[in-house]
Amino acid sequence: MKGEAFKGWSYKLREEQMSVPTKIYTTHSSERAQTEPAFVRWLLIAVALIFLTLFLALPLAAVFSQAFEKGLLVYLEALREPDTLSSIKLTLITAAVSVPLNLFFGVTAAWSIAKFSFPGKNLLITLIDLPFSVSPVISGLIYVLIFGLQGWIGPWLNEHDIKIVFAVPGIILATIFVTFPFVARELIPLMEAQGKEEEEAALVLGATGLQTFFRVTLPNIKWGIIYGVILCNARAMGEFGAVSVVSGHIRGMTNTVPLHVEILYNEYNYTAAFAVASLLAFLALITLAVKSVAEWKVRQQLNNN
Amino acid sequence: MRLFKQQNNVLPGFGPTLGFTIFYLSLIVLIPLSALVFRTAGLTWTEFISTVTAPRVLASYRVTFGAAIIAASINAIFGVLVAWVLVRYHFPGRKIVDALVDLPFALPTAVAGITLATIYSSNGWVGRYLEPLGIKVAFTPIGITLAMVFIGLPFVVRTVQPVVEEIEVELEEAAVCLGANRWQTLQRVIFPMLFPSILTGFALAFARGVGEYGSIIFIAGNMPMVSEITPLLIITKLEQFDYPGATAIACVMLLVSFLMLLIINLLQKWSRRYAE
Repeated sequence: MKGEAFKGWSYKLREEQMSVPTKIYTTHSSERAQTEPAFVRWLLIAVALIFLTLFLALPLAAVFSQAFEKGLLVYLEALREPDTLSSIKLTLITAAVSVPLNLFFGVTAAWSIAKFSFPGKNLLITLIDLPFSVSPVISGLIYVLIFGLQGWIGPWLNEHDIKIVFAVPGIILATIFVTFPFVARELIPLMEAQGKEEEEAALVLGATGLQTFFRVTLPNIKWGIIYGVILCNARAMGEFGAVSVVSGHIRGMTNTVPLHVEILYNEYNYTAAFAVASLLAFLALITLAVKSVAEWKVRQQLNNN
Repeated sequence: MRLFKQQNNVLPGFGPTLGFTIFYLSLIVLIPLSALVFRTAGLTWTEFISTVTAPRVLASYRVTFGAAIIAASINAIFGVLVAWVLVRYHFPGRKIVDALVDLPFALPTAVAGITLATIYSSNGWVGRYLEPLGIKVAFTPIGITLAMVFIGLPFVVRTVQPVVEEIEVELEEAAVCLGANRWQTLQRVIFPMLFPSILTGFALAFARGVGEYGSIIFIAGNMPMVSEITPLLIITKLEQFDYPGATAIACVMLLVSFLMLLIINLLQKWSRRYAE
């Protein structure tokens, strides 16, 4: 498996190994030595579930419970507020620009890295992964250092009346940075695992490069792309730290949905804050559902090959 | 690109795709990150040292790194447990639980932050039961640790889970044939195989915790010297237009991130030694 940088994610790509389906009910003596006694199993399951309930399920339930605390009318009222609507609009714009750009980058990067061999490949993979290791606050800061008034080209931009930081372009740039690796890191190991025989066959049969890509490669990596895009989109719509640094927090102008949640919360307007937050939580649930399906499809496709 | 053309590869598009990859990577990631390093290089060495070792900054390192180590340790223990239970045991709702593990990846950090702060405040769902016991979670370093546990959990589970899946049943059978009881098998056969991935997961969770901002600031209380994390301090300096200060601290954090990235890559090489 190439690419150490791929962390836990590459597990999806390993061939499905036989995982021993240790049925919890069986107590045949031959299996005893290979699993734990029944009461230990139930105890471990219970501890794991309690831990997950406390840390994952409870917060999720709390978002919706807090949002609907004062009833559906108040909930809808909070969502209809003009500042909320403009923050939703800005978040949609941000995602609509950053996700396609990173998708295009992810596909081109995966094509060059997975289908060809060249020196420095592993370094390139590590560099692509870099934005994930950088604190979101720093991801925002670097753009302030370049485009801010005290920054490299800030004074020049100011003379020409171009605003990047504390305006929408800065928000989009910071979002592109934090979502940079999502599609690429999903596609590179997938395309490496699939090899290039199918593409070679298509070329030999007379297909052009683009035909080969759209008719052969694309169907093969479809679910990998969906997986990368859905995670990229979730982060793009939910990013807080990086965007917070570059936004300038101008209500109705440079507020994304997560920033708007913060403002409402700090104004002690908890119901409205959670109402807006529930939109993001709902997005997270959809993301998890699509991600699970995509993961399953990718596994299935690799096993068929 | 002639240099690389020796390979026997009939696929088209290597030049343009690699060219665009490097161009876009430089534009979005490398040049902006180098801005941080260059701005820091503008400081004198004594300025830099006095900025990054000021008492308030040192206190923020203690809070951030201390909480991140504790949180990563908690995650290492429970993450392995969750991974083990998800792979080895069958129980109703296992698939849903499995999907839910990724919630911290998908839930925006600000949402996680206000929710955790609400649950663990003194009249929240959990906080109200902890208050009589004298445990205050919200607005203390415990709250910071808690938020880091939340965001770090999937890293350990998703790193250990595939390794548990790949354990060959023959190894356990061999251990049994050689007379080991279940505990000995776990301790002497399975744990050594999982250990590198546990360490990797720990490192990933730690690295994420150190840089985390959104989910922490709502629950942290943000008191200087007590519960102020380093990323927040960077933002505070920035808001006071202390650009050199913010840049210097950010540079230290970036250095730590690179160091962690290096350690994680080495750990992953180590954990692959059984894979091949």
